[in-house]
Amino acid sequence: MKSFNYHAPKDVKDASKLASSSSAFLAGGMTTIPSMKLGLASYKDVIDIKNIKKLSGIKVSGKSVTIGATTKHAEVAASKDVKKAIPALAKLAGNIGDAQVRNRGTIGGSISNNDPSACYPSACMALNAIIHTNKRSIDAEKFFTGMFDTALKSGELVEAVEFQIPEKADYQKHPNPASRYAIIGVFVAKHKKDVNVAVTGAKSCVYIDKDLSKKLSSNFSSSAIDGTEVKSSGMNSDMHASAEYRANLVSLYTKKAVEAC
Amino acid sequence: MASLVGSRVERKEDTRFLQGKGRYTADINIANQTYAVFVRSPHARAKIKSVDTSKALKSSGVVGVLTGKEIAEDKIGGLIAGWAIRSEDGSEMKVPANPPLAKDVANFVGEPIAVVFAETLDEAKEGAEKVKVDYKVLKAVVDPADAMKSEAIHDGVDKNLCYDWLLGDRKAVDEAFSKADKIIKVDLINNRLVPNAMEPRACVVDYNIASEEITLYTTSQNPHLSRLVMSAFGNVAPENKLRVVAPDVGGGFGSKINVYNEEIVCSWASKKIERPIKWVAERTESFLTDTHGRDHITHAELAVTNDGKFLGFKNETIANLGAYARVFGTVTPTYLFGPCATGVYIIPAAYSNVKAVYTNTAPVDAYRGAGRPEATYTIERLVEKAAMELGMDKTEIRMKNFPTQFPFKQTLVHTVDSGDYVAGLEKAKQMADYAGFEARKKQSEANGKLRGIGVSSYFEACGIAPSAAVMSLGCGVGLWESAEVRFNPTGQISVFTGAHSHGQSHDTTFAQIAADELGVPMENIDVVHGDTDKGTFGMGTYGSRSLTVGGIAIVNACKKIVEKGKRVAAKMLEVNLDEVEFKNGEFVAIKSNKKKTIGEVAFACYLPGQRDEMKSPIPEGDEPGLIESSFFDPANFSFPAGSHICEVEIDPDTGNVKVEKYTAVDDFGRIVNPMIVEGQVHGGIAQGIGQALHENTQYDETGQLMTASYMDYTMPRADNFPEFNLGFTCTHATSNPLGVKGCGEAGAIASPPTVMNAVIDALGGQEISMPATAEKVWEACKAMKKSNAKAA
Repeated sequence: MKSFNYHAPKDVKDASKLASSSSAFLAGGMTTIPSMKLGLASYKDVIDIKNIKKLSGIKVSGKSVTIGATTKHAEVAASKDVKKAIPALAKLAGNIGDAQVRNRGTIGGSISNNDPSACYPSACMALNAIIHTNKRSIDAEKFFTGMFDTALKSGELVEAVEFQIPEKADYQKHPNPASRYAIIGVFVAKHKKDVNVAVTGAKSCVYIDKDLSKKLSSNFSSSAIDGTEVKSSGMNSDMHASAEYRANLVSLYTKKAVEAC
Repeated sequence: MASLVGSRVERKEDTRFLQGKGRYTADINIANQTYAVFVRSPHARAKIKSVDTSKALKSSGVVGVLTGKEIAEDKIGGLIAGWAIRSEDGSEMKVPANPPLAKDVANFVGEPIAVVFAETLDEAKEGAEKVKVDYKVLKAVVDPADAMKSEAIHDGVDKNLCYDWLLGDRKAVDEAFSKADKIIKVDLINNRLVPNAMEPRACVVDYNIASEEITLYTTSQNPHLSRLVMSAFGNVAPENKLRVVAPDVGGGFGSKINVYNEEIVCSWASKKIERPIKWVAERTESFLTDTHGRDHITHAELAVTNDGKFLGFKNETIANLGAYARVFGTVTPTYLFGPCATGVYIIPAAYSNVKAVYTNTAPVDAYRGAGRPEATYTIERLVEKAAMELGMDKTEIRMKNFPTQFPFKQTLVHTVDSGDYVAGLEKAKQMADYAGFEARKKQSEANGKLRGIGVSSYFEACGIAPSAAVMSLGCGVGLWESAEVRFNPTGQISVFTGAHSHGQSHDTTFAQIAADELGVPMENIDVVHGDTDKGTFGMGTYGSRSLTVGGIAIVNACKKIVEKGKRVAAKMLEVNLDEVEFKNGEFVAIKSNKKKTIGEVAFACYLPGQRDEMKSPIPEGDEPGLIESSFFDPANFSFPAGSHICEVEIDPDTGNVKVEKYTAVDDFGRIVNPMIVEGQVHGGIAQGIGQALHENTQYDETGQLMTASYMDYTMPRADNFPEFNLGFTCTHATSNPLGVKGCGEAGAIASPPTVMNAVIDALGGQEISMPATAEKVWEACKAMKKSNAKAA
């Protein structure tokens, strides 16, 4: 690992001021630190945001669940409020990586990194989340722009993620047997007016499967999508799973999620 | 006093391991040490045109940079193949030079080219980045199936062929096959595995300028052997100037048998730069450069009669050695494989033909089971397929071909001293509720799942072993083991062994057997191992040999202690030698019932003089002290055997395979500590299930290792396993006085075919290769649906 300046600001303003083109924000460090250790990334300044108190915590209102950026997966998984308001979100958090990862990894880190096979982005998309940064609020669908890419600008920091509470929701994941990242993950959320089927792991970036969402919006039952072919074109194909296998899993796990709702 | 052998004594090691107090190589630091980082080839095959170290030498904190040129100039020897195997035509095997630092050609990704020493690890890494190597990249030979048709990667190794070996009689096999009702055929791939010891390899070297002695702390399974090899072949230092210490070692599975490039280079360099050196592998370095396991392509056939009698067996195998032949590399696919390939059966005619090839991949060597898992996989896939094709029960066909008389002269090499294969399989059937399988299958089907059951029966030759046998088969050393027992004057005992524990619990097992022999509490006994300055000599731990060879040396040394103790006690008790009996730690004068404890006798052995009324207790002709040693070389291998039964459930929609039940009945002879043995079996089964379902080493066509981290290489985890159901049949070995057989590898030998037989059973007999990953199984399920639909 190359040497770097370590900063631990106490508030978001200071953190933002320290940011530059050769800096990185550090939350749980579940991706940043291994990347640095392997020499895949190096930074002049590493800005640790874990000491910024207001970035951590869970708030529930009648309509939404807001989770601070540095809240750990284990905290979301164990939160009684989250379990009550959006049990699928607690379930998702409880199945990320392993216990060590869940006790360090954070929601802000996960979505800012936007790994194509991370779990949280699918929840953001399906639950119409609003990503609050130190500069603005961004709709989830505009936040995730591509593989490891987001709408975040230099110096912009995720402060919290606000999820809309659905009527029903479920998350189903087919984990990569080695890394336990999602080979595919499907987050199904039934809101008052419509249904969102968000898919992670299948393509270079999380997306809403419009066809499945539409069919389930008119009839929220797994039979509504019987025989619906999920196309494999554009899906990832690698040594862990072919595009065809992923396409099969997307349709299968969507059904599983609907049935679990 | 109750016997400790046979009881579930808690592990002495647990105190330090479970409290984080283990002392591993990476925990050792020497004042003024430098840190080594190796410059490794990023190419699978390349000519090294030049190595420019000038910028690295100027880099901050860099103390020295050494390359293949310097190591060649200093005439430091390379890595060696420990066994000389001859081809069928009598020619000697072809072994390329394997210098510790490649000078002219790099032959696999990760092969060391140069080394940088610096004051800190970061500075060494920076320095290593500044070493400029100019490569001419050559086309790599990666697939062993193509190796013989590809350009030779080593000078003088035509067709990349190390040897074309035959064991058995082709003519007799042809005759047997001509009489068969049916020929069963399989084409198998025994997938390459990365050993993945929990502790990566490491070494710390301390050179003493005054005494000119090198001390090498290293992650080795066999420190004495390492010293011998480094001294005799490496020319690093004379044996008496080289001390090798293997402290706590976190797993080896065979990958830490070899003396590696880094150990030779750092030992040599420490003397050169006159500084201590520390090197610790990163996990990626382990993936790339630890010796790998398995990697066979096999075509095998079994000739059978319609009523299920086996007549003949043959197998044609291509074994991938990787880039170089290492210590057990050449014997693993030959004498550790071929003799066991006929399994636990009476098969009148058999042969194994193995072509070992070089490729531009990491060297392949012994990995838990070494050759015997490949053998068992071959025969047990054939037997299961034979049962299926003949419409016979899987267990019935096995019983029909089991020997029932022991010693059993096995088809090709071994004479198995003892066993009861029928009892083992019967017990496994009962424990696994074999009869209830059909009902469970129906239940699974009702839930939309497929269920399969698989059986495998195995025997293996381990406890290597008889020097006369192994040397006649090509081994470069004798494989005896030694022990020294030091009874100290104040009653504590140090037991020195040449075996090495890296997870085998020798501290406990060896203390149990010594305590029984000497009649003292095991708390009084310390087992000392892993240091060439402590104890006599030894060949280390692999091939399930520690107890059956090293343990017996301890028993024999203890017996010598007792013999001498008797002579001393007789003098102390003033009776004739034949009037003294040793029982429960006491020497008893039979007639008078006067006694001396072994502690009193030991104390007396160190006080040979006369004072006041006390007379010298040392009989005439004996020397003072109570220290005895023994070298044990058994008359035969040890032959554990058993039957395993596995049930899997498959979700046809995802292809996920769940191991629902796993039953193992093993015969390890007399068991010293059942808890430790169960642990060994658990670990072996876990590794075997890993091979069958999860572990998938993949190189791309240019020779890059695609699965070089835990992000991509699937290690089995606790949630992949059911509770293992273990049982034992204990027929004592006749080749050693304890009646023990090796147990360390059996689990990994028996489980891959057991699991695969179950998967293939669930898939209605469709062949599928290891690892049976979800996607592969899903594809097979789709094909099955199609063919079922057609049939309907």
